Amino acid sequence: MKDIDVDVLVVGAGPAGSVTAKHAALNGARTLMIEKRQEIGSPVRCGEGIARAWLDELGIRPDKKWISHQVTGARIVSPGGHIVTLTEKMAGNEVGYVIERDNFDRALAEDAANAGADIMVKTTAVELLRKEGRIAGVKAKHMGETFDIHANVVIGADGFESQLGRWAGIDTTLKPSDVNVCYEYTLRHIDIDPRFNDFFVGSCAPGGYVWVFIKGPDSANVGIGVQLSKIKSGVRGAAKKYLDAFIAKHPNLAKGTAIREVAGAVSCCQPLESVTADGIMLVGDAARQIDPLTGGGVANSCRAGKIAGEVASRALKAGDYSKSFFQAYEKGWRAKIEDQMYRNWMAKEKLVTLDDETFDKACEVLAEAKLEVVNTLEILRLIQRKYPELIKEFEDMLT
Amino acid sequence: MPNKPNIDRALCLHCGACVGCCPENAMFLHEVWIEFLPKCNACGICARACPAGAIFMEASR
Repeated sequence: MKDIDVDVLVVGAGPAGSVTAKHAALNGARTLMIEKRQEIGSPVRCGEGIARAWLDELGIRPDKKWISHQVTGARIVSPGGHIVTLTEKMAGNEVGYVIERDNFDRALAEDAANAGADIMVKTTAVELLRKEGRIAGVKAKHMGETFDIHANVVIGADGFESQLGRWAGIDTTLKPSDVNVCYEYTLRHIDIDPRFNDFFVGSCAPGGYVWVFIKGPDSANVGIGVQLSKIKSGVRGAAKKYLDAFIAKHPNLAKGTAIREVAGAVSCCQPLESVTADGIMLVGDAARQIDPLTGGGVANSCRAGKIAGEVASRALKAGDYSKSFFQAYEKGWRAKIEDQMYRNWMAKEKLVTLDDETFDKACEVLAEAKLEVVNTLEILRLIQRKYPELIKEFEDMLT
Repeated sequence: MPNKPNIDRALCLHCGACVGCCPENAMFLHEVWIEFLPKCNACGICARACPAGAIFMEASR
């Protein structure tokens, strides 16, 4: 296979990659997106719950090809069974659709192709190419052949297991306390309330939660995230074991049958100090742009991808592929998501320290309060009124 | 005899959780299999991280 020469090379065809490729191509860049897998979107590594509000902002039109269900709210369930119900309005539109992630990813890749981007599947980046001290492409493999892809701008959208950033010397290393390890079944023939996505907190999922995201009237994604730092060595498949134990205790779920098993991991860290270097920008999971509290990453990835694609095309026009030029991307994505990431990381750091009794007390108060909007300070004040001792740990957030 | 990670490929869902957690970047996710690279220092994080229990530590010989 001959070497390839493009303006922008995007590595990884998840949402971050496809949205970046789309916006680079729309702005006139000769864009190629490569994907390691033979099929974009498969296998799914996602709980598939997304908010609705951000789709408009990115020009992504909801499509029944990738929407499996729409919920009206979410519920947080404490270990003792106290239920806090959040409507979509209260949660700031952070709940909404449960999607078919494989179809969603394919739709975004089609958008990129329609905008003019080329796509190569079953193509793996195996090392970086460098020119004049900057990243200038990758050595890639496709069907046993190795070839060079030269590019002025390289986009690392290569997911949780990202290699490009680390090869480029960008520190994306995660502490075990900033990783949640996940397992999930898509269950059919279960008894559920299709109005709500449920989040079960407490010792059922140390440092994380169990989710029940509704796919249809009798079907849901039932999954778990467990904080890696809470998994002891010598325990094989801790995430799956915790999930199996949870399902066994819930007859309405245990009666179901699994039509899919999903594994994965998500970062739940603070915003990284830098996600760029000369010639390269990281986007999405690769840039650790995941909401550290929920583990949701699709919205942030797409938001960052749009900015990365636009900045990449501007870099071409300026003929400047330096890290300093890419500060426009750093500023752009941080303006959109950094504050919330940092706040939610703080909240996560507190929540992972709580025991079951504390979760019960907190959820009991909130369940009774009938919240109008979800506001961290309001929540803390409500709890403080009844259980001041619980809020001690959070006092610094109240000042 | 120091330990080293090994993998039961029949259990692996090639999700990449282990690769993203590896502090040495001593693993690589090929399309549907995991490769351990020589620079692995056998810290064992990958075995803890594997959601499916496919990775385990064993005595190297």
